[in-house]
Amino acid sequence: MISVNNLNKSFGELHILKDITEEIHKGEKVVIIGPSGSGKSTFLRCLNLMEIPTSGEIYFEDVDITKASIKEVNLLRRKLGMVFQHFNLFPHLTIKKNITLAPVKLGIMSQADADNRAMELLKKVGLADKAEQYPAQLSGGQKQRIAIARSLAMNPDVMLFDEPTSALDPEMVGEVLNLMKELADDGMTMVVVTHEMGFAREVASRVMFMEDGRIVEQGSPDEFFNNPQNPRLKEFLSKVL
Amino acid sequence: MGLNNSLKDSFYQNFIADDRWKYLTDGLKNTLLITIFAILIGIILGFIVAIIRATHDKTGKMKILNFFAKIYLTVIRGTPVVVQLLIIYFVIFGSVNINKIFVAVLAFGLNSGAYVAEIVRSGIMSIDNGQFEAGSSLGLSYRQTMTSIILPQAFKNVLPALANEFIVLLKETSVAGYIAIADLTKGGDVIRSQTYDPFLPLIAVAVIYLVMVMFLTSLVTKLERRLAKNDKR
Repeated sequence: MISVNNLNKSFGELHILKDITEEIHKGEKVVIIGPSGSGKSTFLRCLNLMEIPTSGEIYFEDVDITKASIKEVNLLRRKLGMVFQHFNLFPHLTIKKNITLAPVKLGIMSQADADNRAMELLKKVGLADKAEQYPAQLSGGQKQRIAIARSLAMNPDVMLFDEPTSALDPEMVGEVLNLMKELADDGMTMVVVTHEMGFAREVASRVMFMEDGRIVEQGSPDEFFNNPQNPRLKEFLSKVL
Repeated sequence: MGLNNSLKDSFYQNFIADDRWKYLTDGLKNTLLITIFAILIGIILGFIVAIIRATHDKTGKMKILNFFAKIYLTVIRGTPVVVQLLIIYFVIFGSVNINKIFVAVLAFGLNSGAYVAEIVRSGIMSIDNGQFEAGSSLGLSYRQTMTSIILPQAFKNVLPALANEFIVLLKETSVAGYIAIADLTKGGDVIRSQTYDPFLPLIAVAVIYLVMVMFLTSLVTKLERRLAKNDKR
């Protein structure tokens, strides 16, 4: 579904991603872990071109998106939902409008259809009673669940999660992870950058460890956590587990 | 004659006799006309320039437009509005017969646009980059993100500064008399020159400006309160 070829990304002198070649298949739940500054967020953000790669190719359904026009990129991003660490809800719009804005603006749905879809999604994330409230009135966990609903409104093929629970109070992490688990059970293809090892163990079909701009080890959660090979991964796991 | 009588007499001389009050009402009409249309030009021009500048700062595009925008801002903000008004009237339109009110609207609109531009640009730049990212991650174009996500928030943030700019503009139009426009200030001054009594006409002019500014301020407060509804917790 997504295939990455010799991906490099530099910010000025800083070489963040080094020759990454990787494939992500339909239905996979890929969890990326690694120390800060290892490039895992940058890698994720390259997949929907939030960051423009310095070199290399990224194929989404056999189309090289690094060579796509701005219009094509905008079309592509509809299929790649993204959830951010800091939610990035639109504070000037009600919760329902947050969800319906993009489908309506892009002419995918009428306002009435989008409203119905929004209410369905709000029920799914358990926040139907918040439809007419504003983001400032919600807790962090609720905001992130709305952000997920907002992405789902575009009916994406893949969901990208960029540290979705890192900005949350500990007691709110669970509600967001549970929702993500539900999504995974529904068969959504997911790429998740996170520090939640429990989630990686339980939900991931594949776990990747990134270090210094490279994917240095990956495997099923079982072998990854119970039998790590790379010395840097062993050290990392001993610190976080 | 007591103080009361002399005030009454002065009031009669300055405002009633020869229908002198008409200098004030006609002047007020011109002042309002100039202000309203200058504000319109200022808003349109200001938003366009602000979007050009912000787009350049954020994406590096629009280099040439940004260059001209910068020249415009430097020249307008670097010279007094009276000088701009005089240049537009006597130099640019010097050889053509043109409506003075139109010249004033143009001059004050061009002037205000520069200040509005910098106010709006600061508003756009104050919006978290995550809002741009959220918009584009949903497939919205830069323009759609700008108009439906960034500008509404930026506008709300800069509303007090914008209101202040328009209050300044209203008062600045008092120099329109330099090109012989009979605005409110000029009206009061004409009365003074006819009655040789400066006190009442000038105080009357000041009070009328003050009332207009207070009215504008209360309007903006109402608007701010309406826009703040999404801040409540």
